[in-house]
Amino acid sequence: MVTRAVEQQSHGGPWTAFLPLVRGLVWAMIGFAVGAALTAVVRIAGGRSAWTFGLSFSVGYVFALLGWLLGVGMWERWGREWFGRPTVEEGPTDWRRYLAFTTDHKVIGIQYLATFVVVFLLAGLLAMLIRIQYLTPGGTVLDNATYNRVMSMHGILMIAVAVAIFVGSFGNYLLPIMIGARDVAFPRLNALSYWLVPPVAILLFVSQAFGGWDSGWTAYAPLSVRNAPGQILFCLAIITFGLSSIVGGLNFLVTIITMRAHGMTWGRLPIFVWSIFATSWIALLFTQFFAAAMLMVLLDRIAGTSFFAASNGGSAILYQHVFWFYSHPAVYIFIMPALGVTLEVLSHFSRKPLFAYRWAVGGFLGILAMSALVWVHHMFVTGVPYKLEAPFLITTEIISIPTGLIFLTALGTIWQGRLWLRVPMLFALAEVFNFLIGGITGIFLADVPTDAMLHNSYWVVAHFHYTIMGGEIFALMAAIYYWFPKMTGRMYSERVGRLHFALMFIAFNGTFLPMFWAGVHGMNRRIATYVPSLQGVNDLISAMGFLLGISFLFFVANMAYSLVRGRKAVANPWGARTLEWQTSSPPPVENFLVPPVVTGHPYDYGVPGAAPYAAFAPAGGSGEASS
Amino acid sequence: MTVHAEPRRETVNRLGLWLFFCSEFFLFAALFAARFYLAGPYHAKVNQPLGLAITLVLLVSGFTAYRAEAGIRRGDRSAFLRNLLVTILLGLVFLAGVGVEWATAEFAPSSIFGTAFFTMTGVHASHVLSGVVAFALAYRLGLRGHFSAERHWGVEALVKYWYLIDVVWVFFFPVLYLVRA
Ligand SMILES: [Cu+2]
Repeated sequence: MVTRAVEQQSHGGPWTAFLPLVRGLVWAMIGFAVGAALTAVVRIAGGRSAWTFGLSFSVGYVFALLGWLLGVGMWERWGREWFGRPTVEEGPTDWRRYLAFTTDHKVIGIQYLATFVVVFLLAGLLAMLIRIQYLTPGGTVLDNATYNRVMSMHGILMIAVAVAIFVGSFGNYLLPIMIGARDVAFPRLNALSYWLVPPVAILLFVSQAFGGWDSGWTAYAPLSVRNAPGQILFCLAIITFGLSSIVGGLNFLVTIITMRAHGMTWGRLPIFVWSIFATSWIALLFTQFFAAAMLMVLLDRIAGTSFFAASNGGSAILYQHVFWFYSHPAVYIFIMPALGVTLEVLSHFSRKPLFAYRWAVGGFLGILAMSALVWVHHMFVTGVPYKLEAPFLITTEIISIPTGLIFLTALGTIWQGRLWLRVPMLFALAEVFNFLIGGITGIFLADVPTDAMLHNSYWVVAHFHYTIMGGEIFALMAAIYYWFPKMTGRMYSERVGRLHFALMFIAFNGTFLPMFWAGVHGMNRRIATYVPSLQGVNDLISAMGFLLGISFLFFVANMAYSLVRGRKAVANPWGARTLEWQTSSPPPVENFLVPPVVTGHPYDYGVPGAAPYAAFAPAGGSGEASS
Repeated sequence: MTVHAEPRRETVNRLGLWLFFCSEFFLFAALFAARFYLAGPYHAKVNQPLGLAITLVLLVSGFTAYRAEAGIRRGDRSAFLRNLLVTILLGLVFLAGVGVEWATAEFAPSSIFGTAFFTMTGVHASHVLSGVVAFALAYRLGLRGHFSAERHWGVEALVKYWYLIDVVWVFFFPVLYLVRA
C-alpha cells in the first residue's frame, strides 16, 4: 500500500504533490486526539476534569508533531527502519519533491529559502501595518491590544527569518558543494529540521485564534505567564523551532568536520563555511536555553510551578537570564553567516585575495568564544545586581574586537581592489556601511549610563534594525543575487536588481536613521501611540518605510520573472574560484560529476603563480579515498 | 587531521551523537543553574531512602546496558537481549520510583523547591522514558535478528544515550536530595 502511494506521487496528476502534506495534517490531528485523550484519562483517574486547555493542548501537540513528521514522509524514509522494515527511498523527482520529505540538501535549501522569503514578506506587511498605525500620534487603526499582538508577531516572524534563512537556505544549498561533498552528513536529520518549521508557522498563526500573545518576541515573564492562552502556542512553537535549529547546527558541524573533499584543509575553507561553522556551535548549544525558558513559562502556566511567580519566591529576572543567555548569542546566528557572505562577495568582486583570511577566521571563532559572556547587557535597567553591570559592560566592549577584525578584513579586501559593481557587490558594500552604523550605535547601549537613558526607546529599534536588517538582510540579498544563477540556472535582471538595490538602500536608511533621533527625543518602543511633537519624524519614517516595502516588489518581480524567463546562466558567471562555481548551474544530483581535489586557496585572485583552487580527477581514479 | 572525502560512517555518527550530548548538557545545565538561582542550597523534606534506591537502580541499569552492548559486540545475541531486557525493566522501576516520589511529595509544585524538583526530575524522567521506548524498539529488532557483531550502531548510540541519562542523574541527585543550607 505504501509503495502504491509513492507510485501515485511520481506518476499521478499535479494534485498528488499535496498528498504528503494532507497526510501529515491528518496524522497530526490523529496524534493530537491521542495526546489529548491520554491527558484526559490521566486527569479523570486523578479525579479532575478531562480537558484543561494548557495541558491538554500541549500534550496533544507533542503527539500531533510526531504525527505530522511521520505523515509528511518521515515514516517511509525513517520510521519503517525502527520496526525492522526496509525504508522507501524513491520519491518524486520533479517539482513535487519540494513539497515532500526529501533528503537532497539542495532541495531542502530551496524549501527553506522559499518558506522564509514568504515569512519575511508577511512580517514586512505587519511592519507596514505598524507604520499605518503611526500615521497619527494617537494611532486609531489598531487598538492597544491589537497593536501589541501585531508588534509581537512582526518581531517573532522576523527573528525566525533571521535565525533560519541563512543557515537553512544557503548553508544547506551551498555548504556541501563549497566543501566538495555530495550531501550533508545526516540527510534525514536535515529533512527533519526543515519539516519542523511548518508546525511553528501553523502554531503562531493559530495562536491568534486563542487571543494571540502581546509580550513581544522576547516573551518576558511575568506577562507571558498571565496573558492570553495564545502564549502557550507561542512557547510550543519556539521549542519546536529550537529543535529544528539544534538539529541543523549539529548537521552542519559534522558535515564540515568530516565531509570535506580531498585537500580541503581548514586553511582552504571558504570564509562562508567558517562563518557557518561558528554559527552552528551557537545554534547547537545555546538554543537549549531558549527552549528551557519557554519550558519554564509553559510549566508555570500549565503545571503550577513558580519559576517566575514572585509571590511564591520565583523571579522574573531568572527568565531574562535564561532567555538572553540564548538570545544574545543568537544575534551572532543572524550576523555571522551574513558577514561570511559579505567577505565572500567582496573578495570575488574586488578581484583580490580576501585580506587577512586568518584574522577573519579568528574573528568568527573569537565571537563564538565570547558570545556567552555578554548577555547581561540586555538587563542593565531590569534590576540585576549593580556589581554585574561593569563586568558585562567590559565584555560587551571586548566582543567588538573580533567583530572589528572581520570588519577590517572587509575594508582591507576592497582597499585598492578593482570593484566590479554588480548587484551582489552593491548589497555587500551596503551591508558593510549599514553594519558600521549598527555597530557604532550599539556602543551607547553597551555602556550602562547611556543605556539607562536609551533603553526601550526607538534608539534600540533603530540599532537592531541596522544590525539585523541592514547587516543580515542586505547580506541575504547579496547572497540571493550572487547565487541565483547557481541555484536556478538563470540570470536575474541586472537593471531591475540595481533599481531594487537603490530603492532599498535609500529607503532603509531613510526609515531607520531618523529612528535614532526619535528615540533620543523620547519615542518609546512597543507602544501604540507617541507624543504629537514627534509626528513630523514619524511621517518621514512611515513614507520611507512604505518605500522600503515597495522596493521588495521589484525584488519579487525580478526573481519570479528571471526564474521563468531569465537568460540561461553559465556555470561560473562571476569567474569565482570556490567549488560551487566549478560545477554546472544548477549542480547535478550529487553536486560533482567527478569528485574535486582541492589544491589551492579559494581567494587567490590575481596572485601570480597561484595554484588552481581545485582539480577534478577522473571518477574512481585515485585510491586515496579509502583509509 | 587527515581529510577524507568519504569518512567512515561510524566516525560521522559518533561525532553527531557527541555533539547531541553537548547540546543536551546545556539544557540540563540551564535547569541546574535555575535550581540554585531560585532556591539556593535549600531543599525541602524529600524521601532520601527512595531517592537513593532509584539512583542505585539507574546506576545498575547503566551497567546492564553496558553488558548488553558488550554482548552484541562479541556477537552473543542472547546476552545482548537478556541484558537489554533487564535494562528496560530497571528503567521502568526508576520511572515508577519517580512516580511514587511525585505522588507522595510533601511539597507542592508551586513552592520554590517544588518548582525546581518537579521540573528537573520531570525533564530527566522524560529522557528516561524516551530511552526505555527506544530500548524496547531495539529489543524487538534484536528478537527478529537485527544487529550483529559488525552492525550495531543503533545499540551503541542508545547505550551511550543511557549513560548520558545516568550521568545527568548523578549530578541531579545530590542537588535535589543531599545539599543543605
Ligand atoms: Cu546582546
